[in-house]
Amino acid sequence: MTRHLPALALLAALAALPFGIGQDPYLLNALITTGIVTIAAMSLNLLLGFTGQLSLGHIAFFGIGAYVSALTSLGFDVELVGGLRVVHEPWPPVAGFLLAVLATASCGYLVGRLSFRVRGAYFVIVTISFAEVVRLVALNWVELTQGPLALTGIPPFSLGLPGLGTTVLRTKLQNYYLVLVVGTVCYALIARLVASRFGRAMRGLKENESLALSVGIDATRTLTVAAVISAAMAGAAGSLYAHYLRIIDPDVFLFSTTVTMVIMVVGGGKGTLLGPIVGGLLFGLLPVALRPVMVPEAQWMVFGLVLIAIQFAMPRGIVPGLARLVARRRAPAAASRVIVEVRS
Amino acid sequence: MSDTPILSVEHVGVRFGGLVAIADLHFDVHAGEIVSLIGPNGAGKTTAFNVMTGFLKPSQGQVRFRGTSLQGLQPHEIVRLGLGRTFQRTSVFPDDTVFDNVMIGLHRQGRARVLDTLLGRDRAGEAHLRERARDLLDWVGLSARAGEKAGALAYGEQRLVGVALALATEPAMLLLDEPVSGMNASETQLFVRLIRSIRDRGVTLLLVEHDMPMVMEVSDRIVVLNHGRLIAEGPPAAIRADPAVIEAYLGTGSAGRTAATETADA
Repeated sequence: MTRHLPALALLAALAALPFGIGQDPYLLNALITTGIVTIAAMSLNLLLGFTGQLSLGHIAFFGIGAYVSALTSLGFDVELVGGLRVVHEPWPPVAGFLLAVLATASCGYLVGRLSFRVRGAYFVIVTISFAEVVRLVALNWVELTQGPLALTGIPPFSLGLPGLGTTVLRTKLQNYYLVLVVGTVCYALIARLVASRFGRAMRGLKENESLALSVGIDATRTLTVAAVISAAMAGAAGSLYAHYLRIIDPDVFLFSTTVTMVIMVVGGGKGTLLGPIVGGLLFGLLPVALRPVMVPEAQWMVFGLVLIAIQFAMPRGIVPGLARLVARRRAPAAASRVIVEVRS
Repeated sequence: MSDTPILSVEHVGVRFGGLVAIADLHFDVHAGEIVSLIGPNGAGKTTAFNVMTGFLKPSQGQVRFRGTSLQGLQPHEIVRLGLGRTFQRTSVFPDDTVFDNVMIGLHRQGRARVLDTLLGRDRAGEAHLRERARDLLDWVGLSARAGEKAGALAYGEQRLVGVALALATEPAMLLLDEPVSGMNASETQLFVRLIRSIRDRGVTLLLVEHDMPMVMEVSDRIVVLNHGRLIAEGPPAAIRADPAVIEAYLGTGSAGRTAATETADA
């Protein structure tokens, strides 16, 4: 349990935060969007941090999740090739969320299967291309997506509990807690995964692929499963985004958002559970702190400087850097504890 | 020693472009044997290992293991048939502890599927794996190092981690690639004992090694390669006296021959 203590403390702090800031709508809005991008960063970390594969098109899964969820809850009426007409009546947003997760998981499977036979640079290129293709579809399939005119009037999430009726999550506070719950679930799933047999297979492949193969780890299968789970989580984040903002356009596929996610993961500490959260909160909320003092263009420069400073002081990111400081202070006690554990 | 070989290398050839790394290599290993594959640097020993374990596709010929052709199988599929291996240089997962290294090595012994993990249904299996990992570390004599980062261990100890990882796959046969390189004399003696204890538990062994006294001491049979060709095969005493082997190692000439006899006797 002590292992999860920092995470639980962070969760408690985040749960109490809205009351600390007096439910200021501007700050709450910043926290919600930051939280959503942070969930996407956590999903990216599953690939980049734990398997070592860089997905530079990760925003595609996020955007597909957003569009699938939005279209499911808005309904659509499109004509496909050959005069085939597909009409979909609106479903509740929760169904959109589930379909978004399923659709992005399938996309993760396809991209993984296509590229993990070769891996490395090839995977980076496939993911970038995939994101660009999806963006062009969202931009040009106007009948379905409205193209640059954006999908508007997306309904907010509504939670129906049997016997208690339905609650529509209209307020920022409700959405804040929704994002916190989804983020916590994703965190718990990733934590379980990396501590398991599957997590060890991912680490083995990242650290020494030949050796991992020689103990019977199936590289393609392991990496594909990781891509599926990662994509599904990014899709869940995209769904949250669509139903919170209630308007999405093809700009959700912007390459720069992937870059922001990579910065969050690398700055916070890739391959650690808390890294993307710490990085996500830092780089997500930095614009809020900088807004009163500088224009957005200047903020990007500060982003870069902060990242350089982090890499200089803590080359492996904030979380591993801090963990190392703590370990050094406790070193003698910890060393003797390890020996006791081994002997017992 | 049974009559049907556990491993047969059948007329295997490997060419890299115009370079012949292995030419028509043909030999058998029988269950329960300790066989050494020796030869000067560049003779094709590691290439032969890579072919047997699926890391390299042979240009011709094939390898059979327990009667099954390994043609077209991936490394992770071959190890599942019971043919394990260690590596010459990088034998560990450097960023993990020695204990976690063995846990990674126990991949095939775990049953947990990803869904079980996500739903938290595999506590008992994990406890069992941890027990197996402790047993394996005890076997290779690394219990005291369990909590240390594998990448920070001395070279000789990293080789032991590599052996523990290979044993974790519960192989019927184990290929050891230069297992005692980087070990001092007393470490090598301990390792010889380990090899024998592995064989006593029913694992057949094939090793590539440069340490001649160790090879002579531990092997039932020796296969000698030079320039990708098999030049001699037989028990240590016969190999020691084989003129072709002496020539391969030291070249022709009386000085070389005298030195060779001395080395072999040492």
